[in-house]
Amino acid sequence: MLKRWLASVAAGAALLLALPAAAEVAVPPLRARVTDLTGTLSPSQIQSLESRLRDFERAKGSQVAVLVLPSTQPETIEEYSIRVADAWKVGRVRVDDGVILVVAKNDRKLRIEVGYGLEGAIPDAVAKRVVSEVIAPHFRIGDFYGGIAAGTDALMKLIEREPLPASTWEPEAATQGPDYGSLFLVLVVLTTIVGAVLSRVLGRGAGALGTGALAGFAAWAVSGILFVGMIAAVIVFVLVLFAAASGLGRGRYGGWGGGWPGGFGGFGGGSGGFGGGWSGGGGGFGGGGASGSW
Amino acid sequence: MRKLWTAFLILVLAALAGCGYNDIQRSDEQVKSAWSEVLNQYQRRADLIPNLVNTVKGFAAQEQQVLTQVTEARARVGSIQATPELLNDPAAFRKFQEAQGSMSQALSRLLVVAENYPQLKSDANFRDLQAQLEGTENRIAVARNRYIKAVQDYNVLIRQFPVNLTAMMFSYQPKPNFAVEDEKAIAKPPAVDFSKPAPASK
Repeated sequence: MLKRWLASVAAGAALLLALPAAAEVAVPPLRARVTDLTGTLSPSQIQSLESRLRDFERAKGSQVAVLVLPSTQPETIEEYSIRVADAWKVGRVRVDDGVILVVAKNDRKLRIEVGYGLEGAIPDAVAKRVVSEVIAPHFRIGDFYGGIAAGTDALMKLIEREPLPASTWEPEAATQGPDYGSLFLVLVVLTTIVGAVLSRVLGRGAGALGTGALAGFAAWAVSGILFVGMIAAVIVFVLVLFAAASGLGRGRYGGWGGGWPGGFGGFGGGSGGFGGGWSGGGGGFGGGGASGSW
Repeated sequence: MRKLWTAFLILVLAALAGCGYNDIQRSDEQVKSAWSEVLNQYQRRADLIPNLVNTVKGFAAQEQQVLTQVTEARARVGSIQATPELLNDPAAFRKFQEAQGSMSQALSRLLVVAENYPQLKSDANFRDLQAQLEGTENRIAVARNRYIKAVQDYNVLIRQFPVNLTAMMFSYQPKPNFAVEDEKAIAKPPAVDFSKPAPASK
């Protein structure tokens, strides 16, 4: 009796757990500006859209993304696209200047989801016109690439007119260069541990010199720039020397790292270009925009 | 003696932080800001209505009944003082919800009526207003969803041990959440009437 009861409870729980997964279309991970899950666009078409949107982001700072998927059923396209917007966070933090064009091909529905910061540049009525007068005519004759290209062009033109904070866009290669966050960490560990040991073993001057040299090499290795290594070596040398001189080097060296000037904390944030892919900058959405069908 | 007091004070502060007093504050503030967003979007809808009513009147002045209903619903919504205190008063909250619900119904009736007037439907002004109204309805849905989630987090927080003790001490009550607007109307099967002649259009 108890066994059967347990079994039914377990089955019910499993059903409950399985339900949401089966009920809703999952939001695809954001890897590129143009995501086509239907295979409608050719690789070269995706490339050309991608490069246009990238150029625009470089010039203006706003992020525009496109998602083409088979269907959003059982959700409406509005419900689905706000989930996409919340997950992708396209647009810059606090500027909230992201736009997502969602096309549900088999549902024959599309939607322009507008970030908070662009609700003035792209009011709902204007978004509706882009949907029904710019994009839908192309879609009606099966020209999906043409519709998406014309639609994103129209949206970019609208955003162009809006005064937004200047773009701080950096080429993706730059963010993959020296990682100042870990460089800083290496320096702290080196100076606290190695500095303490060497100062005690070799004496003050030689210990500081040795630590400085080690820190310099580490900084050089991480950054790949000799100059950075040299500066790090000098800084560490002076700091260890003074720390030892002030008597901190005896006994409680471990607590010394806390006194490090904390000015480097902001590094390592990146502009959203990590991992080789593309990601949203943290923009917020509130359900603005317009939907339509073709 | 003074040292003892300081130690006691620090202990109390630590206990409060440990018992989720700060969590309650944060969650409470989140609910309030989510609620403000809901109100903001309802206000936006209410602001659209005079324009919409005037535009429809220009093409379909004979639809007096629907137009009056919308205007009346808007007046009712406007008469309710939507303050943050509304959140801690379930009765007032329900009243507010009902008023907004009747507003939604009146508006959807107005849009159904508008379908019968091709001239109105093709009017650029009306189409813009309709797009704005759709967008605003969607924003309301999003804001309500976020409010529901914020309240859910808050209610779960203040009911769980040991935060429930802190909540009791400072009298933080569970907050009311949105239910389906007008449950009765959904439970009732829709009435389909074929006997009526089609409304005179064109």
